[in-house]
Amino acid sequence: MSQIPALIPTSLLLASLVALLVGLKSHRAAHLIALAGAVFAFVCSILGLQAVIQGDGEAIRYAMGAWVPPIGIEFVLDSLAAYMVTLITFIGVMVLIYAPRSLALETPGRQGMVYPSMTLVLAGLVGMCLTGDVFNLYVFLEIAALAAYALLAIGDRGAPVATLRYLLFGAVGGGFYLLGVAYLYFAAGTVNMADLSMRLPELMESRAVIVAAVLMVVGLGVKMALFPFHLWLPDVYTNAPSVSAGLIAPIMTKVSAYAIIRLFLDVFPPGFFTESLPIATTIGWVSAAGILFGSVLAVAQHDYRRMLAYSSVGQLGYIGLGIGLANPLGMIGGLLHILNHALMKGLLFMIGGAVRLRFGTTKIPEYVGVGRAMPWTMVAFTVGVLAMVGIPPTAGFFSKWYLLLGAADAGAWIWFAVIIASSLLSAIYFFRVVEMIYRDPETDSAVADHEPREAGEAPASMFWPITIMATAVMAVGIFNVLIVSALLERVVAPLGG
Amino acid sequence: MTADFLLSRYPYILIAVLFGIGLYGMTVKRNLMKKVIGMTIFQTSIYLFFIQGATKQGATIPVRVPEMGTSPELYINPLPQVIVLTAIVVGVAITGVALSLILVLHRRYGTLDEVELLRRMRESA
Amino acid sequence: MMDLLLDNRALVAILVSALAAVAVALTGERRRNLRESWTVLAALAKFGIVFSMVPGVLAGERYEVNLLQISPGLELALKVDPAGILFALSASFLWILTSFYAFGYMRGGGEHKQTRFFAWLAVCLSATIGICFSANLLTFVLFYEILSVATYPLVIHAGSEKAYRIGRQYLVYAITAGIALVAGTVLIQNAAGTLDFVAGGFLEAEMGTGLLWAVFVCFFIGFGVKAGVMPIHSWLPNAMIAPTPVSALLHAVAVVKAGVFGFVRLVGYTFGPDLMGAIGAAAVLAVFAGGTILLASFIALTKDDLKARLAYSTVGHLSYIVLGVALLAPQAMLGAAFHMVTHAAMKITLFFCAGAIYIHTGKKKVSQLDGIGHQMPLTLTAFGVGAVGLAGVPLVGGFISKWYLAAGAIDAGALIFLGVLLVSGILNAAYLLPIVTRAFFRRSPDHVKLDEASALMTVPIALTMVLSIMLGVFPDAIFRFFSLSEAIVASVTGVTFGAMP
Repeated sequence: MSQIPALIPTSLLLASLVALLVGLKSHRAAHLIALAGAVFAFVCSILGLQAVIQGDGEAIRYAMGAWVPPIGIEFVLDSLAAYMVTLITFIGVMVLIYAPRSLALETPGRQGMVYPSMTLVLAGLVGMCLTGDVFNLYVFLEIAALAAYALLAIGDRGAPVATLRYLLFGAVGGGFYLLGVAYLYFAAGTVNMADLSMRLPELMESRAVIVAAVLMVVGLGVKMALFPFHLWLPDVYTNAPSVSAGLIAPIMTKVSAYAIIRLFLDVFPPGFFTESLPIATTIGWVSAAGILFGSVLAVAQHDYRRMLAYSSVGQLGYIGLGIGLANPLGMIGGLLHILNHALMKGLLFMIGGAVRLRFGTTKIPEYVGVGRAMPWTMVAFTVGVLAMVGIPPTAGFFSKWYLLLGAADAGAWIWFAVIIASSLLSAIYFFRVVEMIYRDPETDSAVADHEPREAGEAPASMFWPITIMATAVMAVGIFNVLIVSALLERVVAPLGG
Repeated sequence: MTADFLLSRYPYILIAVLFGIGLYGMTVKRNLMKKVIGMTIFQTSIYLFFIQGATKQGATIPVRVPEMGTSPELYINPLPQVIVLTAIVVGVAITGVALSLILVLHRRYGTLDEVELLRRMRESA
Repeated sequence: MMDLLLDNRALVAILVSALAAVAVALTGERRRNLRESWTVLAALAKFGIVFSMVPGVLAGERYEVNLLQISPGLELALKVDPAGILFALSASFLWILTSFYAFGYMRGGGEHKQTRFFAWLAVCLSATIGICFSANLLTFVLFYEILSVATYPLVIHAGSEKAYRIGRQYLVYAITAGIALVAGTVLIQNAAGTLDFVAGGFLEAEMGTGLLWAVFVCFFIGFGVKAGVMPIHSWLPNAMIAPTPVSALLHAVAVVKAGVFGFVRLVGYTFGPDLMGAIGAAAVLAVFAGGTILLASFIALTKDDLKARLAYSTVGHLSYIVLGVALLAPQAMLGAAFHMVTHAAMKITLFFCAGAIYIHTGKKKVSQLDGIGHQMPLTLTAFGVGAVGLAGVPLVGGFISKWYLAAGAIDAGALIFLGVLLVSGILNAAYLLPIVTRAFFRRSPDHVKLDEASALMTVPIALTMVLSIMLGVFPDAIFRFFSLSEAIVASVTGVTFGAMP
């Protein structure tokens, strides 16, 4: 049991390596190996999650090479890490099951390289969540980013340019973060998180620590695509293959958000992000701006993927608002939204890929009649949309519910209004698609120029992950209290209340 | 006074200048290759900062020599070196990916000028 | 097993139609008799379950079901009280009649996508009963939102460009209302720390007038949209593009009454009449309602399209109920509660008639109805009964509720609203009765012979007509609607009425 924190990333790394070698010969074998690695990591995560919950939130620590921290490197599986890791590996398994048919269409001949990259992204992301060390976090951040660049660049025509721009943004973000680590190390003399949290309280006034905090948050903000650093995101998601977008959009940016939350809650002293420096509030305000900006632009999009991308810019703002509110309810809302948005966005990107596979289009006006052709997939789509808009009892409602409660508690009425306004905007841009889907060229004169669609669901390998994700969106909503009370309330304990 | 200040801090000033040049290159230059060069300079400035912060006058490499004793004053802290070494590896990997993307773009569009490239991309679409 | 079902009757009443929706969807168009039987079974079962709880509720029993926590400290909880069961009873009974009527209507009109239609209709009923039995605001909001969304496929049923445009408008209204409701709920949870409905209200004046007003405005938008309070009513007449059974059941009974019912919960069970009066919100609500009654009646006069005229009549009559609640006088509240039932019975009769005329003759406009009474005498007789009932003529249900509303207005010292009620009564007669006289006393342009719509439609029409009259003559017979209304008033205000009228 104590090996679990190390087992999760290493199994994924190993799978990635083997899949790379095997992928040269057979991409089917590479797929199976990648999937096996992801499933193994998922099972480990579940076991770890169970152990953490049963241990009342007591962290499972693993020292690499038996070097005792803070000298050695340690991996820590606590409530927050277990929550994130389970989410990441779950999305990973779903996308890997989903991948082959979609990749065969969208990136013919290059699948062999995709699976190792996907596993590597997962390895990097779980590493970020598990590491107990701010520098290792940087390394895993860049591992995930590098693999993600590869995954994204193989997309449509515009993909290489978009990815290069993402890479440059990412390098700046990573650089700022690394610079912050340097300042932190010079001020406190350690990069171990647990060690830092003990030494930093006496350094609250140190200018180096303040600079470090700002640099790290800005760096992670760029990686998280926090407004106004979101500029790279829409092009990247629009041009990426459905599989890459389905993997990266749900979890990649969220893990950077996780890193900010980790710094906020567990590394820097309580109150440092709120009282010494208005970091949390600043994040809150830029997030509020991002929510409005993303939602408004999403309304104007005609490409399904681009609409989802702008919606992501807005939805990431909800997580930022949770950080900005800096009270337990708000933070629970933000954390829950990491999970909810990952499930919803993953679901919607997967459905976009399924529609593209069947009908070869990603343009919303061409979605006419899809509802009749793939009825069950579109039921899942509708579930995803309802969740994005925040209709109970889907998951999306409850993150907004906690955020609104947090905003009311903090008296942050402008943010309260922003959440409400953006719900309306997301209703507008998502129901537009729902309407298109259920239009029927046979009875509707306005769309009569569209050919009636040939009926047929997505292939089983895509249909089942979609169904499972849609079910998860419902289940997480209905049973959100289990997650909140078993995990998140412990996570936000440093905020008091 | 000013001269003393500058002299005692000159490595940091140099690093700050490099940092600025790097950011400038990444944001202002139109040529993608120059952007990547800017990125490399930007990263290098951070490595240098890390190393500079860990230098110790008169100390030697962190390998214990029995006749010198174990006073920490005599040895350089190895951790920043290791960190920077790792960061350099990461940086090289990023540069590699960036260059390969540039290669793809140059093959496909025959230019590395960002504005021209976007124009050709639109035309070909 | 049986005990489990009995103990959780409130939940079963909700789920039975949700299950029916699934069964309907899976059965499909090809076996439509089987599909239809699911609907009938569910409707009968739902009514039976609800009806079985009436004696208990009148005896003071409250059937409670706590399902699970949906937010720390907040349960998804059901509780059957007089207000809830009054609404549930009328909705579930009328669903039975509407089902049969809808079979006749949909088949008679050769409508497309009937499976989708019946499935969503069943979902709407589930949500409506959920609203009735919600024990706290969060549960209420949950079902309210489900109802909003589930109505959308019915509004766009026609599948035309116009239907989609109206569907969009409907969604914008409904989602705005839903979000306003969520915002208000959050404010209450934050200030009061509880969301459980309590007869007589659970908010305190100490929370601050500003906050209470903010809550009121949120809920006014949230419920006002569905209840068709002007100026946020305009989706409702447009939504008449939906098939007539939908207009009849949802846009005259279930959906719009859910908004009105929200006001009952707001005034009676959240703020409490005293607090509503103290902060002055009740007066504002009453003014909006009074204005809506008059304006809607005038607009109804100008409409030639029969369904549009009925729609505006609905807008006006919904505000009768809102007004009755807002007057805060026990008698007015009694009238309001009873009007929820009588209006449902009368208006559904009128819509059924309009639908039967349309399906059978293709006529939609009032000006086309000359002499149609000779062709469809039963339908038009029923229409006449509904019309005089809405105008407030004795021996039909509407008289009793209006009587109490008027008495309440006098009690509350708000004579201007008594005037509103009287004027609108006259207007009601002015926009409905000419249809009847036209149908019976004018000569039809084309030669007509006796030719009623199919029995699937005429029998429900006859039954709702009988129900309307029964409510006027024996208001407490069988369903005990009047006793339930009295129980609502007693639990909210503590005032009991000794004698029957």
